Parts: sequence; C-alpha cells; structure tokens
Amino acid sequence: MKLNQYLPVLIMTLAAIGTAAGMILLTSIIGPKKKFDDKMEPFECGVSPIANPKSRFSVRFYIIAMLFILFDIEAVFLFPWAAVYRSLGMFGFAEMLVFIVVLGVGLGYIWKKGALEWE
Amino acid sequence: MPITIPPIDLLAVAPEIAVSGFACLLLMTAVFLKGKGGWVNACVALVGLAVAGWFALCQGAPRSAYSGMYAADGFTQFFKIIFLLGTGLVVLVSVKYNEEENMNNGEYYALLLFSTAGMMLMAAASDMMTLFLGLELLSISLYVLAGYARNRPGSNEAALKYFLLGGFAVGFLLYGMAMIYGATGHTDFAGIGREAARGADNRLYLVVGAVMLLTGLGFKVAAVPFHQWTPDVYEGAPIPVTAFMSAGPKAAVLAVMIRVYAQSVSFMHVDWLVWLSVLAVMTMTVGNVAALVQSDAKRMLAFSSISHAGYAMVGLAAATREAVASVAVYMLVYTLMNIAVFGILALVARKNEQRTKMRDFAGLARSNPVLAVSMTILVFSLAGIPPMAGFMAKFYVLMAAVKAGLYWLVLAAVLNSAVGIYYYLRFTVHMYMDEPEEKLPPVKASPALVVAIALSIIGVLLIGVVPSAYLEMAGRAVVSF
Repeated sequence: MKLNQYLPVLIMTLAAIGTAAGMILLTSIIGPKKKFDDKMEPFECGVSPIANPKSRFSVRFYIIAMLFILFDIEAVFLFPWAAVYRSLGMFGFAEMLVFIVVLGVGLGYIWKKGALEWE
Repeated sequence: MPITIPPIDLLAVAPEIAVSGFACLLLMTAVFLKGKGGWVNACVALVGLAVAGWFALCQGAPRSAYSGMYAADGFTQFFKIIFLLGTGLVVLVSVKYNEEENMNNGEYYALLLFSTAGMMLMAAASDMMTLFLGLELLSISLYVLAGYARNRPGSNEAALKYFLLGGFAVGFLLYGMAMIYGATGHTDFAGIGREAARGADNRLYLVVGAVMLLTGLGFKVAAVPFHQWTPDVYEGAPIPVTAFMSAGPKAAVLAVMIRVYAQSVSFMHVDWLVWLSVLAVMTMTVGNVAALVQSDAKRMLAFSSISHAGYAMVGLAAATREAVASVAVYMLVYTLMNIAVFGILALVARKNEQRTKMRDFAGLARSNPVLAVSMTILVFSLAGIPPMAGFMAKFYVLMAAVKAGLYWLVLAAVLNSAVGIYYYLRFTVHMYMDEPEEKLPPVKASPALVVAIALSIIGVLLIGVVPSAYLEMAGRAVVSF
C-alpha cells in the first residue's frame, strides 16, 4: 500500500486543525478584551442559558428544521454525483433527473401546503 | 475511471415505480385540488393500482434483478397481486368513511400507495437490504396512517404505540441482520444459505441473528408473544386503516418469512421448524382465546387476525412447496374477506366510530338484510365453514401440514378453528336474533363499498367452490422460485 496516497488527506487534516486552532489562538491574543456581565455568560444561539424549561416553542421551528435536514441531506447526494458526472454519462444524468423531480414534488407539496410560511 | 452500472431491469420494478409515481401525483392533487378532490383522489389511487397490477401481470420470465437484490419471479407476482387487490379494496372502503370523518385527502391515498410499494418490495426482496427498505417504507407510512384520525385520542395513541414498539422491533431486525452478515459475509439470502450450508464456524452468531430476525418479523406479523401492540393499535386506528394493516402487511411479512426460510435459513431446518411451530401454536391459541372475551368488534377482529397469522404459520412450519402455495392462497383469501368485514364494520360503526361493539350489529338483519347476508357469508368464511373460501384455504394449509407429518400442529389448529367458530358466529347471532337497543336510521352502503363487498364475496365464493385453480396458480408461482 502506498502511504503517500494519503498525503493530501494528512495535509487537509492539518490545515483543518490549523485553521480552527489558529482562529481561537489569534482572537484570544489580538482581540480586544472588555469584560462585562452579559458578555461573560455562556452563549448558545442567543438563547438565555438559564430559563424555565417549560416555555413553549412554536412548532414552526421544528417543521423548518425538519425540512431543512431533509433537503440538506438530499443535496449531499448531488456532490458525489457531480464529482463522477462525466463517467456516469447519460444514465447518471437521467437518474439524477428522476431524483430531482421526486425532490421537486416534495418541495412543491410543502410549499403549496404552506409549511414554508412563517405567519 | 469507468463506472460499471449494474443492469437495470425496469420491467421488474415497474409495479413499484407505478405505485410510487401515482403516490407523488396524489400529493400534487392533495395540494392543488384542496378539499374538493375526495373522489378524484380515490380514482387516481385506483388507476395507479390498476396500472401497477397490469405491470405485475406482464412481468415476464422469472429472473433475478439488480445483482441479486430483487427477485422477479412468480412468487413475487402472486403476492404483488394480493397487495394490489387488498389496497384497492381498502381504497373502496375508505371513500365514504373518509368523507364522513373529514379525512378524504390525497395524502391518505398517497400513504396507502407508498406502503403498498413497500409491501411489494418486501415480497420481491432476495437481499436483506431490499427487505429492510421495503419494510421501512411500509412501516413509516403505516405509523402515519394509524394516527390519521387526528382528532381522536385513540388514533393518536395507536400511532404513538405503533411507532415506538415498531421502532424497537426494527432494532431487533437490524441487529439480527448485522449478526447474520457478520457470520456469513453475505446480505443476499442465497449467499447466506450457501455460506451457512458449508457449516459456518460462526454458527452461534448465525443462530442468534436468525432468532432476532424472527423476533422482528414476528412483531410485524403480530405473532404471539410479540403481539401486544396489535389490539390497541387496531382498535385506535381508523377502521379502513385497520383493515389495511390486518391484511397486506401480514401477507408481506409472511412472504418474507417464506423467502428467508426457503432460500437461506433452511440449513438449520430443525431449529427453525421448532421455533415456527411453537410460535404458530401460541399465536393461534392466544389469538382465539383472547378474541372469545372481547365485546368490541374491532378488538375482536384484531385478535382474530392474530389467530389467522397463526394458521398461516402452520403452513410455514410445514415448509414444503405445497405448504408454501397453500399459505399464498390463504393470504389471498384472508385479504379478500377481512377487508370486506372491516368495511361493513365501518358502516355499522357510523360517524366518529361510536358503535364498534358486537351489540351494535343487533337488528341489522331487519334494517339492511342484504348487508346482513353479506356479513354472514364473510364471517362464515373467516370461521372456516364450507363452502366458503376460508374453509378451503385452511384445509389446504392443514393438508400440507399433515403430509409433512406435523400432526400435533394440525390438531392444535383444528381445535382452534372450533373455538373460532364460536366468536365469529356471535356476529350472526346479534344480527339475526337480537333487538337493537335504540332506534337508529338504517345504514346504507355507498356504491364504492357495495363494489368492495361484492368483489370480496364473489372472490370468497369462487375460491371456495373451485379452489384448485387458485392453488395451481399459487403452485406455479412457487415452482418458479
């Protein structure tokens, strides 16, 4: 087995770690440091960390999140397809077309059903 | 880099494609016709089923498609026809009911069609992956359908119970599949069978895997002791959905059991046979005894469907070609009669399913004699009284078991049938000898329901009088696999 085949993967991994670590390191070194109460609280998506757990969420959040995940994952299938598009030829194109049409039916359904409206 | 694409056999999967395509079309009619499309939806669904049936009929020579993942043989074809017939009857039963309950929309029929596609995939599966795909497509649609009467707490409870327990059972099924794959290195039934016949060193894993697989399938077919969900779910779900659940999916799981048994697990003949026999006896007995004490017709029919799965499993345990053919005919007959009985129950239950008790059948002979006679024919068939098809179906299964030497199993089945006659005849007693407790306007069947009931009665009488033709058909179907 030729290990040097994996060199790009290694470089990619190092670059990913380097970027993440570098960002945190740089902001903590060169960022301005003004401390006040609100800023020192744990931060999670703008939601207050200490709150009554019984508060109610609008069901729309879940619908949107669910639909997002569905379409997101379906979009993931497009990437490998696009990568080998040439070697798949017409057959691959037709298959993906069918897939997109089914996806389109789903999108049309939720759109017309009003699941995408916030009001 | 050239990519070799496995050969595509569109004709083999044409029924599934047709059914799924029409389901997508129904989703579109659901949103674009909004509310006023009740009849249109049902018609689109029926056309879809008919197209799929036509494709299933001209399937062509028996073959294996998609690198051994899909078997397009006579056995598949026979079961596909059963599913399509069953779903067609359910659509006919649903039209009026859904109109009254205000759930006559495209999504309902789309879900029915999607689960039919799942059942067809299951019957055709010759690989664990195809089996799992079909089973999930079937189950997920059924979870939604069980809770389709959104305003009724019972329906919601049924959906949640079915979903949680169903998810749990699928866990078993998957774990079993993983074990079998681990032991043999194959996911296709034929490969597993070959590997196992060689006398695998990992026999323990194989046996544990097969037991877990049986547990998962046993749950889906509602075999005792995995049946606890059945009465509650069947009682809570809307009646047409209960009719659907009690017929098609059961036949689909039995088809899978036959295939798994015939193609791969026959290596451990003895173990498998004993398990199946024990399951069959427990299923028949518990189903029948529990049905005896029910006063709710829906619940009673739930237990009766459990016991019918038990009778079919007797044929499975016999495991000869003949037995397999008789099980296929049994599922055809059972589908025909059971869905029609639920159709009549939907009518008697009236709006909002207020009257599902056995007592509510009282006086039906006077208020609607034709319906009472139809019901009598159908319950006689369920009970297994000649000349109805139910008798012939049971007779052939038991004959096959006798020829296979399973005398004690046949004895248990015969005793159970005798018990069954008692509770089925209670319907007749109520209809002909009881006075209704309160005066209600007489029930009137809608044209669609009349067609459904007429079709199944014709089927029941035809198969009852000339059963050999159907048995031969099923026999030919089995020979080809």
